Amino acid sequence: MATTETKKIDAKIPQGALAEKWNNYKAHQKLVNPANKRRLDVIVVGTGLAGASAAASLGELGFNVLNFCIQDSPRRAHSIAAQGGINAAKNYQNDGDSVYRLFYDTIKGGDYRAREANVYRLAEVSNSIIDQCVAQGVPFAREYGGLLDNRSFGGAQVSRTFYAKGQTGQQLLLGAYSALSRQVNKGSVKLYTRYEMLDVVLIDGKARGIIARNLVTGKIERFAAHAVVVATGGYGNAFFLSTNAMGSNGSVAVQIYKKGAYFANPCFAQIHPTCIPVHGENQSKLTLMSESLRNDGRIWVPKKKEDAEAIRTGKLKPTQIAEDDRDYYLERRYPAFGNLVPRDVASRAAKERCDAGFGVGSTGLAVYLDFSDAIQRLGRSTVEARYGNLFQMYEKIVDDNPYETPMMIYPAIHYTMGGVWVDYELQTSIPGLYCLGEANFSDHGANRLGASALMQGLADGYFVLPYTIQNYLADEIRTPRFSTDLPEFTEAEKAVSDRIDRLMKIQGKQTVDSLHKKLGLIMWDFVGMGRNKAGLEKALTEIKKIKKEFWSDVFIPGQGDDLNTELEKALRVADFLEIGELMARDALVREESCGGHFREEHQTGEGEALRHDEDFSFVSCWQYAGEDKEPTLLKEELNYEFTKVQQRNYK
Amino acid sequence: MEKTISIHLKIWRQRGPKAKGAFETYHLDHVSTDSSFLEMLDMLNEQLVGSGKEPVVFDHDCREGICGMCSLYINGHPHGPDEDITTCQLHMRKFKDGETITIEPWRSHGFPIIRDLMVDRTAFDKIIQAGGYVSINTGGIPDANAIPISKVKADEAMDAASCIGCGACVAACKNGSAMLFVSAKVSQLALLPQGQVEAARRAKSMVAKMDELGFGNCTNTGACEAECPKNISITNIARLNREFLAAKFQD
Ligand SMILES: Cc1cc2nc3c(=O)[nH]c(=O)nc-3n(C[C@H](O)[C@H](O)[C@H](O)COP(=O)(O)OP(=O)(O)OC[C@H]3O[C@@H](n4cnc5c(N)ncnc54)[C@H](O)[C@@H]3O)c2cc1C
Ligand code: SF4
Ligand code: FES
Repeated sequence: MATTETKKIDAKIPQGALAEKWNNYKAHQKLVNPANKRRLDVIVVGTGLAGASAAASLGELGFNVLNFCIQDSPRRAHSIAAQGGINAAKNYQNDGDSVYRLFYDTIKGGDYRAREANVYRLAEVSNSIIDQCVAQGVPFAREYGGLLDNRSFGGAQVSRTFYAKGQTGQQLLLGAYSALSRQVNKGSVKLYTRYEMLDVVLIDGKARGIIARNLVTGKIERFAAHAVVVATGGYGNAFFLSTNAMGSNGSVAVQIYKKGAYFANPCFAQIHPTCIPVHGENQSKLTLMSESLRNDGRIWVPKKKEDAEAIRTGKLKPTQIAEDDRDYYLERRYPAFGNLVPRDVASRAAKERCDAGFGVGSTGLAVYLDFSDAIQRLGRSTVEARYGNLFQMYEKIVDDNPYETPMMIYPAIHYTMGGVWVDYELQTSIPGLYCLGEANFSDHGANRLGASALMQGLADGYFVLPYTIQNYLADEIRTPRFSTDLPEFTEAEKAVSDRIDRLMKIQGKQTVDSLHKKLGLIMWDFVGMGRNKAGLEKALTEIKKIKKEFWSDVFIPGQGDDLNTELEKALRVADFLEIGELMARDALVREESCGGHFREEHQTGEGEALRHDEDFSFVSCWQYAGEDKEPTLLKEELNYEFTKVQQRNYK
Repeated sequence: MEKTISIHLKIWRQRGPKAKGAFETYHLDHVSTDSSFLEMLDMLNEQLVGSGKEPVVFDHDCREGICGMCSLYINGHPHGPDEDITTCQLHMRKFKDGETITIEPWRSHGFPIIRDLMVDRTAFDKIIQAGGYVSINTGGIPDANAIPISKVKADEAMDAASCIGCGACVAACKNGSAMLFVSAKVSQLALLPQGQVEAARRAKSMVAKMDELGFGNCTNTGACEAECPKNISITNIARLNREFLAAKFQD
């Protein structure tokens, strides 16, 4: 099995009481004076909430920023697709919210596998995010009195979620994009769109630049800077089908892992309970139905197996099932939180009912999300005002009208809590290399609460990194700009071109997508919602086989030094294969259930996740050991000083 | 229940911005009517790559109608024949068995073709960079509830802000005008007190940039509104014109 080392991992958490740590840090950190900022270059890779907010804020401070993204415009980063909302501890509803409660809910929601100090800081800066966005002109939903409206999300008993219709991510990203555009106009940020980072360049152990491929010309280019920030999003697409955008990938995480950055908690992935079920073989992605729908929608399956069977074969319609014959299983099992239990709990409960034979839809892999009560109670127009665009989206895809018949939903992979390991300053284990947003592992432990990813991305980019990176750059003010002719750049570029040549030369028989689908099926069956030792071991052997097939039989048409969408996909799939392996390996080592990680061997009598705090209260940090070598497992111990660690209970 | 159809495709292929393009025809069987339009193109590309050919290049990402990356002129309509949706949300149940479907890129002076169906829309970013923002820095901002905003205004701003920057309005317009896109951003910000401060200046600089980039004049044909997947209203153009006049007046 994995080699484990006991090297101490230092997260650089400031001293002092929980509520004082961030203030203490800011009071004592080093800063860069305005004249010196102009002489310092920072590369920011990614223009999602995390990348765009960081690039804009660094530009405003006076740094010289180079900002990269894959899409044709920064505004199209995957963050644009977030629907439901963003959390903040404003307590505008006077319902008992506070920074501490947001912190506590996040720690508990993460099943006690996140760092206290980071999460507290996140809750602390959450309020400034809302202020910032409103000032940018983000049109959040408002009440008739003119003040901001809130809704509830899973895992919380207060209403702290701010939203802009069902398009919160879009509006927040357009806000960050507007701030970024302003800096582009001022000349402090230079944009590189349709560029894909393919490696980081290290000089004397520090991150000093990147190698990127111009996706239009296919040419490989070099970029130098004093520090590199990556905010490239999550790796959920390792599963092929997910709620992520088609271009979302984990490649930068793998590139920097291979250069020495630790990959933390890879097995912590979130399966979202409310997605539109799979329809057929040619399906390319899964569409999320926002969690906010669980505010008013009730989840059920038939109580009787005969009814479920009749529905599957088209003999009965859901509206024909009498109220008494419906099993509102979340309300039954979790009376305190009901339909608003956290995502991992809701997903597993849906799988349990479907596996037991109560599933609906033609495949039996679906449950109902029913709005009939809400429509009766609130009226159709109120429901339409709250969820209209989501209902429309559903109808266009499924060709069913959710105002008249319940929606069908099923869990799908959605978010990755694991990611690049970072310390309190968001610095990776490589000096001068920072990681923000979904790409890092920092704040959500083993399970992320709804509406907290947007909060984290913007917290990292607007309010954390612009401070912490100065603590590093303050020591770099005498470092002149680097030439990209240095041997380190030449070497890194050569490695990248060699890899592309190797891929182009295979000229095998299988398409990139067909291999990606194979990987996805293995991931879903064995590294998905229910995991066990035998299955994970099988996954490891199967992934190795697919990897071999990939590197010997993939076919990529066209040229390497030209626009080539198949090559783009192939480079990403090669990295998903590495991630799949890491996820399975990490899941195998973590012999407990926590949050989104459910090991079937470790559950309570009632089928709930069973943690083993004595043995597993740590962050697993994987260190690359070389091609075809088993990576080393390092552990960052988690110390809960300010919260009492408990078994989660949503009953 | 799942149904499948056979279709003929007439697709525009072009190597680069300067190259000469042409239609090529393809045939596809067993297309599920539950598939999305882009999944149908994926099928075609799998078939092409499977026989050693280069795939048809087209832009796409979120595949749920929000990123604005997908485009395509399908049977004479930007984003295809269905109403209020983007190409990625279009489903094959909208087409008949045996039908010929014609697919072209956005064709407009402002959006040069990169390859096949992929076009360059960076001009939209340049227009936003010219003034599509509120000029504030990060931090030091008053409380979010300090200024109440009427729900009606906020909702109206939200409607304008729903623009996904896809460019269908430009592609639909015989003049190649970007007025609907520009007016959506100008309106969103002009409707909110935070954006009102710079409203006139913003309108002026965004319109100037639009003209500079070679987009055509608006002659109120209304084609943009009819084809916009997000229902952006042409009344926004009237608001833009008011802000623009106000700016002239201030000069
Ligand atoms: C459908 C959906 C709905 C969601 N709803 C919510 C919600 O309501 N509330 C919530 O809090 N969270 C939600 N989430 C989660 C949240 O949207 C994401 O976690 C978050 O937006 C990630 O932001 P990011 O900035 O880290 O990365 P992203 O937005 O994914 O941005 C990644 C950026 O990196 C760039 N990039 C990637 N690789 C490279 C490379 N190699 N080279 C150059 N550039 C690269 C991309 O071009 C892009 O600009 C949702 C997620 C999904 C999928
Ligand atoms: S106004 Fe409509 S058509 Fe034009 S870019 Fe915006 S969403 Fe697309
Ligand atoms: S692919 Fe995002 S809008 Fe169509």
